[in-house]
Formats: sequence, structure tokens, C-alpha cells
Amino acid sequence: MLKINNLHARVEEKEILKGINLEVNAGEVHAIMGPNGSGKSTLASVIAGKEEFEVTRGKILFEGEDLDDTAPEERAHKGIFLSFQYPVEIPGVSVTNFIKTAINESRKARGMEDMPANQMLKKIREKSEMLDIDRKFLSRSLNEGFSGGEKKRNEIFQLAMLEPKLAILDETDSGLDIDALRIVANGVNKLRNKDNAVVVITHYQRLLEYIVPDFVHVLHDGKIVKSGGKELALELEEKGYDWVKQETVA
Amino acid sequence: MAYTEEELKKELETKEYEYGFYTDIESDTFPKGLSEEIVIAISKKKEEPEWMTQWRLESFRYWKEMVEPEWANIKYKKPDFQDISYYSAPNKKPKYNSLDEVDPELLETFKKLGISLDEQKKLAGVAVDIVMDSVSVTTTFKKTLAEKGIIFCSISEAIKEHPELVKKYIGSVVPQKDNFYAALNSAVFSDGSFCYIPKGVRCPMELSTYFRINQAGTGQFERTLVIADKGSYVSYLEGCTAPSRDENQLHAAVVELIALDDAEIKYSTVQNWFPGDKEGKGGVYNFVTKRGICEKNAKISWTQVETGSAITWKYPSCILKGDNSIGEFYSIAVTNNHQQADTGTKMVHLGKNTRSTIISKGISAGKSQNSYRGLVQVNSRAENARNFSQCDSLLMGNECGAHTFPYIEAKNKTAQIEHEATTSKIGEDQIFYCNQRGIDTEKAIALIVNGFSREVLNKLPMEFAVEAQKLLEISLEGSVG
Repeated sequence: MLKINNLHARVEEKEILKGINLEVNAGEVHAIMGPNGSGKSTLASVIAGKEEFEVTRGKILFEGEDLDDTAPEERAHKGIFLSFQYPVEIPGVSVTNFIKTAINESRKARGMEDMPANQMLKKIREKSEMLDIDRKFLSRSLNEGFSGGEKKRNEIFQLAMLEPKLAILDETDSGLDIDALRIVANGVNKLRNKDNAVVVITHYQRLLEYIVPDFVHVLHDGKIVKSGGKELALELEEKGYDWVKQETVA
Repeated sequence: MAYTEEELKKELETKEYEYGFYTDIESDTFPKGLSEEIVIAISKKKEEPEWMTQWRLESFRYWKEMVEPEWANIKYKKPDFQDISYYSAPNKKPKYNSLDEVDPELLETFKKLGISLDEQKKLAGVAVDIVMDSVSVTTTFKKTLAEKGIIFCSISEAIKEHPELVKKYIGSVVPQKDNFYAALNSAVFSDGSFCYIPKGVRCPMELSTYFRINQAGTGQFERTLVIADKGSYVSYLEGCTAPSRDENQLHAAVVELIALDDAEIKYSTVQNWFPGDKEGKGGVYNFVTKRGICEKNAKISWTQVETGSAITWKYPSCILKGDNSIGEFYSIAVTNNHQQADTGTKMVHLGKNTRSTIISKGISAGKSQNSYRGLVQVNSRAENARNFSQCDSLLMGNECGAHTFPYIEAKNKTAQIEHEATTSKIGEDQIFYCNQRGIDTEKAIALIVNGFSREVLNKLPMEFAVEAQKLLEISLEGSVG
């Protein structure tokens, strides 16, 4: 589904990604771990097509198609979803209105009519129940005055509504207490199937107890320095990132 | 293609005025220039009674002694008032009984504007009195209104048919010498709308007027008078678009609202006149005086969506004369490219327990300047007056400006006045967030702007709110920084 070859990217003059290789297939869950500043969030943003990052070398292929020159919204239409680490506020635009617009814009891009209102309402009800989201929450302005946990839950709600092929969860666990973490993780797990894939970006092993990865990759200084199964996350937790850093040097 | 700030700017600059077309209809236009003779000629042309001619002449004499105000935060080349033609009417003169009689080209123009009368007639509850240039072309729903005793016609007709009402109220809220532009309007006003709601009558439909400037070099001077008699209610809609033009077009309207005891007037405007091209060339100069007076327990509510004009100078105001009267002002002003807007309101509290609310949303993009100017005045006898003002500004890009000039004069210590103001900027992060959810940049801006303007959009009547949202999208397509 997603194939990244020797990806280099920089912001302004600073090179952040220095040759990433990664392949994610349908039905798989990948975890990308690494210390602060290793390039985890940059990788997520580059896959989503954020302007401020310049790809200097390498390629991102999504379902065999080169994403170079593909606008962020087109990537979204193709089925790439990014759950933001810091979701932005949009005052005056309700959670419902926002997701409705998002869904209908994606449908429009695929040459489909707007989703009928009753179908939309049913879907909203279904997904908000799944994530234990209160009715009142849906009419609040997007992310305005939301707690950290509410913001993340809202991201996963959008994920559930949009049903993308590839979901990238950027530090979704940060700011969540254990109950919220469980709800969010359960939500993600329910959405998993053989046709979609999840990339979990996290600093800690904690989330991976709930969303169990098939593969774990360790990012350090803009490169994947180690890959393995889910046990790698535990090993990392135990030994700390210094272990990887030392191994890399050695 | 992904957007960058530069590309967005370019796209915005190339965005042409959507309604920039021009209808070629034979017109009966006066020579340029202004003198007592012209004023008299206008009055004659309109077959007005002598008192009206004298009223106009009196106004003209005041105007001659006055100078253009310069206190507004706008820069422009002052119009040459001797280089303007003060009267223009579509040529085919007779009043029409049905649409079949109307010049097909005119109908075509309306169609382009999306206000086909056929549709309008069918649209539930909207009567339309269309002002094409200066003379009222057609009026619908007149019969239904007449059954309730409601008078809704052109001001010219009202001068002839209902002189007692016009005589009593014209200039009663905006006196002839109120200001330079009001005096000019009083001397040369071409046409406009008149509305009278009798005692205790609730107008069963939204009354609408569409204004349109159509004749090159013709200043347009509309005069509107709305009288809501005791205990009555009316919702009045005014919407405008104009074709693009090279020369600046002067527009100086006067709107007077009279809400007698226990009456309520809701006056909504969507203004989309030609704002000038990306260099700031052309565009309408809009110098408008709008004011209403509230008697006991009366309420006047101004709602405006201003997206057009090169220059906007406009302060819909309320004189809260009667005890317990209420004034409201809800405004969205959008400026782009080189547009300049200096707009706001005056709330003059004279009666006891009077209340006013001001919600102003300014959106600036391009190289535009957007100013809110407001006055809240509490008279010494206005016990327990209350005011709440909120002025929010939204900026796009680094070359535009937002300014707020709130004036407060309280002469009674029981007054409670609150003022809140915020300034924010549409961020690239907000745009990217929307993009990532599949929403393209134009739609994202529309969404963010609509969210920002929601409190005001909610105040518009339903059918107008949709049009207003569309206008906001058109006005700001592609503008972000």
C-alpha cells in the first residue's frame, strides 16, 4: 500500500529525513518509535504532503502511485489520513459540520453525490457511540477549548467517519489518560481490517499494548535504524533509546 | 498541485468580479453636472409635487455649503461632482403588469444575477421591488401586501400616492444637512423604496429590494424609507450587485427607518458591488447614511454583509429614543485586494432601560484596509442603558490591515457598557488541517470564514444567509497567507 524509498526531506535548510525506507501492506500495523527530534512527526507530515517540508530525494508511493506533486487534499481523497499530534482549532465550525464537509469533499473528488443527511446522521451516531462521544460534543466548535483527550478522541472520530486506507496516528497517546487511551485504541482496533493499514507513531510503548503492531521501527536521526516485531518495543522500553543510539554508532 | 502562499496570492489576484457584466439598454440620461436646474429637472422628470422640489432645492443649498468628510480611515481620489450624471432611467417607460412586458434584455440581466423574477415570484414569501438604475421596474406581491394595508412601492410612487406619510417622515431621522452625502442624496435622489406597515400588522413576508448600478458614470442615489407603525413588524432585505467598470462609481444612499411604539424592524443587507480590479482600479464608492429611530419598546436590528465596493463608508445606526427600546447591529465586512472599508454603527441611548448589541466581524485579505468605527452614546437621562459590543477581526496574509475605533460616551452613571475585541489570522496550519481531511484550500477558507462569521450569518433570514455564504466564498477565494 505504502512504499517509501530512500526518502530525504528538509525544512528550510535543515535536513530531517535522511533516507527512510518503509513498506506498509494492507492489513498491517506498523509502529514507528524514536526519541524526540528523530523525525517521526516530520515523516508523518511528509506522507500527508505538508508544504513546508521539501522532499529532496527519494519517493513515496501509495498504491503504486508516486505522491510527488499530489496536493494534501488529493492524498486525503486517495485514502491517507493523519491523526494530528496537535489538532488545530477552527472557531465557529462545529465538529459535525467539519466532518460533513470533509466527507462530502472526498465524495465529490470521487465523483459521488453528497452523502444523504439521514445516512450521515446515522453514521455520526454510530461512530460517536463507539468512541463514547457525547452528543453535545458534536455541536461544539472544532477543537476550541477541547482538552487534550477530547482533541485526540475527535481525531479518531474523524478517522472512523472517513474510513481511510492508511491511518497515520501521530502521538495519539500523548495527553490521554488511561481510560481515554483504551477507548481510542479500541476504536482504532475496531476499524482495522484486511484492506487498511495503520502507522502508529509514538514515543512510548504504552499505546502499543492496546494497538498491537506487526512491525516496530526505530527512527533515529532521520533514518530507520532498527526494525523488528512487537517485542522490539518492549526491548526499547526497557533499554531506552540510548541503546539504539549506541548500537547505531557501533 | 499543492498551494503555496505565493500561488494563492496569484490566484486571488486573477479572480475577476463574478457579476461583472453590463447590460446594454437604451437609457435616458441627464448631462453631467449638478446645479439648481438639474435638481429641478430631476424633480420634474419624476413628476413630483412642488413641496418635494423645494425640499430637494433646500438640500442642494445645504450641500453646496458643505465639504466632504475626511475623518474616515480611507484614501481615495475625491469624486468630481460636476462630472457625474444625476439621473438615468431605463428608457422603456411604462409600468409593467406582467413579466412578459419587461425588456427581455433586462430579464436576462436578472437571470445572470440569479434573481429571475419567475423564480422569485414562486419563492415562498418574497416580494421583490427591483431597482434597475433608478426607476422601479416591477413590483410583485403588491396585492397580497395591499390586503393587509401594507404599502411597498418605489419612493417616487409614494411621493405621489402617499404624500402625507413621505412628507411627515422623510428627513426625520437623517436630516437634509446631516452630512455631506446625505445632503447630496436629499437633493438628487433618483429612486428607492418605500414601505409602510400599519398598526399591529405583522408583514407576512420578507420584503426585498435588489439594487443594481448599471449606467456608466451614473451616480446612484437611492432613498429608502421604512415606517413600522405601532406594534407592527417587518423584515426588509436589501441586496446588491453591479457590473464592472473603469471609472469610479459614486453611490450615496440614505436609508431611514422609523419604528413607532412596540414596532420591530429587521433590516438586512447583502452588498456586493464591484470592488475594483486587483490594482484597485474602478470599483464603487459607497457612502451611505443609514439610521433608524426607535420609539417606546421598539426594536431595530441592522444586519449587514459587506463584501463589495472599493470604498465603504457606512454606519447603520439606532437612535433609542423611547424607553425600553432595543438597537442591534450585526455586521460582516470583507475586504480584499485594495478595498477599503470604514464601517460600524452608532447607538444613541436616549430613553430609559434602552439596550444595544453590536457584533462586528471584519475580514481583511490582500492589501485591503478594514476599519470598525463605532459610537455608543448614553444620554444623561438614559437610566440603566446597557450596551454590549464585540469586534472581531480576521486577517489573511501580511499586507492587509484591521483597525478598531470604538468610541464610548456615557453621561449617566447607571450605564453598563461592555466592549470586547479580538484579532486572529487564518493560519497555514488550519488550512493544512482541512486539506488533510480532503477539503481543498478554497473550501477551507470558506469554512473558516463562515465559522468566524457564524454569529452574524445566523441573524440573516434563511434565504439571505445562503446567498451571503456564497458571497463570502466568492470574495475570498484563494486568499490566505
